[in-house]
Amino acid sequence: MESDPKTLCFGEDVAFGGVFMCSRGLLDRFGRARVFNTPLSEQGIVGFAIGAAAEGYSPIAEIQFADYIFPAFDQITNEAAKYRYRSGGVYDVGGLTIRAPYGAVGHGGHYHSQSPEAFFTHIPGVKVVMPSGPREAKGLLLAAIREPDPVIFFEAKMLYRTAVEEVPEGDFMLPLGKARIAQAGTDITLVGWGQQVRVLELAAKEVAERDGISCEVIDLRTLVPWDIDTVAASVNKTGRLLVSHEAPLSSGFGAEVVSRITDRCFYALEAPPVRVCGYDIPFPLVYEPLYLPTARRVADAVRHTLQHS
Amino acid sequence: MLALAGGALRASLGARALAAGGASLRGYGTTLGVEGDVLTAEVNPFKTHRIDPPSTTVSATKAELLQYFRDLYRLRRMEISADMLYKAKAIRGFCHLYDGQEAVIVGLEAALNHKDSIITSYRDHATHVMRGGTVLEVIAELMGRTKGASKGKGGSMHMYRRQTNFFGGQGIVGAQVPLGAGLALAHQYKGEGGVAVAMYGDGAANQGQIFESFNMAALWDLPCIFVCENNHYGMGTAEWRAAKSPAFYTRGDYMPGMNCDGMDVLAVRQAFAYAKEYAVANGPIVLEMDTYRYHGHSMSDPGSTYRTRDEISSIRQQRDPIEHVRKLLVDNGLAEASELKAIEKEVKAEIDGAIEEAKAAAHPEAKELWTNIYQDDLGMTLRGIESNHKHKYA
Repeated sequence: MESDPKTLCFGEDVAFGGVFMCSRGLLDRFGRARVFNTPLSEQGIVGFAIGAAAEGYSPIAEIQFADYIFPAFDQITNEAAKYRYRSGGVYDVGGLTIRAPYGAVGHGGHYHSQSPEAFFTHIPGVKVVMPSGPREAKGLLLAAIREPDPVIFFEAKMLYRTAVEEVPEGDFMLPLGKARIAQAGTDITLVGWGQQVRVLELAAKEVAERDGISCEVIDLRTLVPWDIDTVAASVNKTGRLLVSHEAPLSSGFGAEVVSRITDRCFYALEAPPVRVCGYDIPFPLVYEPLYLPTARRVADAVRHTLQHS
Repeated sequence: MLALAGGALRASLGARALAAGGASLRGYGTTLGVEGDVLTAEVNPFKTHRIDPPSTTVSATKAELLQYFRDLYRLRRMEISADMLYKAKAIRGFCHLYDGQEAVIVGLEAALNHKDSIITSYRDHATHVMRGGTVLEVIAELMGRTKGASKGKGGSMHMYRRQTNFFGGQGIVGAQVPLGAGLALAHQYKGEGGVAVAMYGDGAANQGQIFESFNMAALWDLPCIFVCENNHYGMGTAEWRAAKSPAFYTRGDYMPGMNCDGMDVLAVRQAFAYAKEYAVANGPIVLEMDTYRYHGHSMSDPGSTYRTRDEISSIRQQRDPIEHVRKLLVDNGLAEASELKAIEKEVKAEIDGAIEEAKAAAHPEAKELWTNIYQDDLGMTLRGIESNHKHKYA
């Protein structure tokens, strides 16, 4: 907002600070011409942002919960993603960033817990970024805003209040399209993103202590485009892959990772790649802990994979 | 006069406005007289768009008023109990309370019948009860128990009752309105003189799908009553900040519309009776209920950062739906205060009993995770607590 006066920030309740306090103080600093509330109209918010981006602005449009993004799905898929392509490069909406909190939070129920990232990874023309913590979020968000392509930025709502980290002050960016090796290891590669990375780290700790298994944990950070090389190099080393996400198993982004890594690392694999994900059910109101891919389930799957010969 | 005051106030507001959205502090109309046990009164005038208003002279018998009192009071106590249970962490997750708005659903049900269909938003606890559900079903659902309206799987926002055509409780704002138009199509097709009521709030009124529904309903003359329950705040956003035109009863443009005092059960009843007659004969109509919620948007919203406590208490003092009916009964000699106290006592006992029963009720079994996804459940396995526990659901 500071470095580029053509940056705007808007969405439902954004001006007072937002329901998760993400935009607190921005109105005072940058004024109501740049920081403003929108009515309750997701399709309108995103369409409007696309128009502003086509004019060269950098709109940061917030969708209050990722569960509400679906009325805007057409705008994202058919307008934002295709503007550059269909105009032969005459126009683009590269300045567009859409932010939305996603993921389980303990009591969110059907409509405040979903992880819809997979739908968006299937749209050529937009990028999808999911930070795994506060430091990551700052660096990746600044990069996403400045990225000359439309970016959908899913923020792990569970971490808004629970994560405590050292975050560098000042301007810094983390590269998009580049994964982060959260933890080096030798026996199996665990791949995740967003709030699931912490779950993988917990599972890695458990199997290290109990079974002496050494896990390499990779935080993908960007899903589109995703860092195939880093993951492939890791799996070539470890020979085993586990992908984990809260979203339901079938056609989740884990399927893409497994498919491509199987292609790249087939002969290095010692065991079939495994996915530990949410079940193929609507996100439940009751028994959320049973639905989620917890550290226990991940640890179980790790042991099982290691036993495979 | 209040409209002007509102305008001047609006003009002077900065970014952190705390003044009233569009809530007005008008009182009620006047009582005209009592004959036998029939009360006749004037309700506040209806504002209309492309239609003549119904008469503002309404009548109600003592029995009717006592019933309305009981219903209003029951809904109020139920919602207040839900508040206490939530604070005691017996209810978790989302909980959007209806206290203050009771006259809308009670008046609606007084005019319509259970063959008419209703669909509404997440603020649906009272709707469930007025559609013939029990307080137990509501409280148990809030607590996530199998005795709840949706077997504990829906929660606060998703209560349904098929036998009385209550299509629920939805979480996504505005999504229920096109569904309401579809319900109206069914009524038209069946030709049995029923209507569909599609309820939404002032926040939802700016969703595109509302206008799509309006157009389709009007194009095909569907017997649909679109009802904007205008409590003047969409979460924390006052109506005039979100809507270029907060005269929601006019937003149907080519469709007739009517604004009604939503805090007066008799006015609401009159409006719905009129609207149903219109809708069955001619096609869709928009009703705007001028109402108010005492609680914040949900239990996580204190409700006082975007409106003043004075506003809330003024409405409570001057326009409370229950106190209005109490006054109509007591001030006009139709009932003794003690009679009403007795009703209150019965209702409290009813609610307390429901709470106890809900607290003792069972939680849904784990296998309910897998049921009701498709017609034929697809057969899944679920890992239990220990890694060697595998539950298979065929």
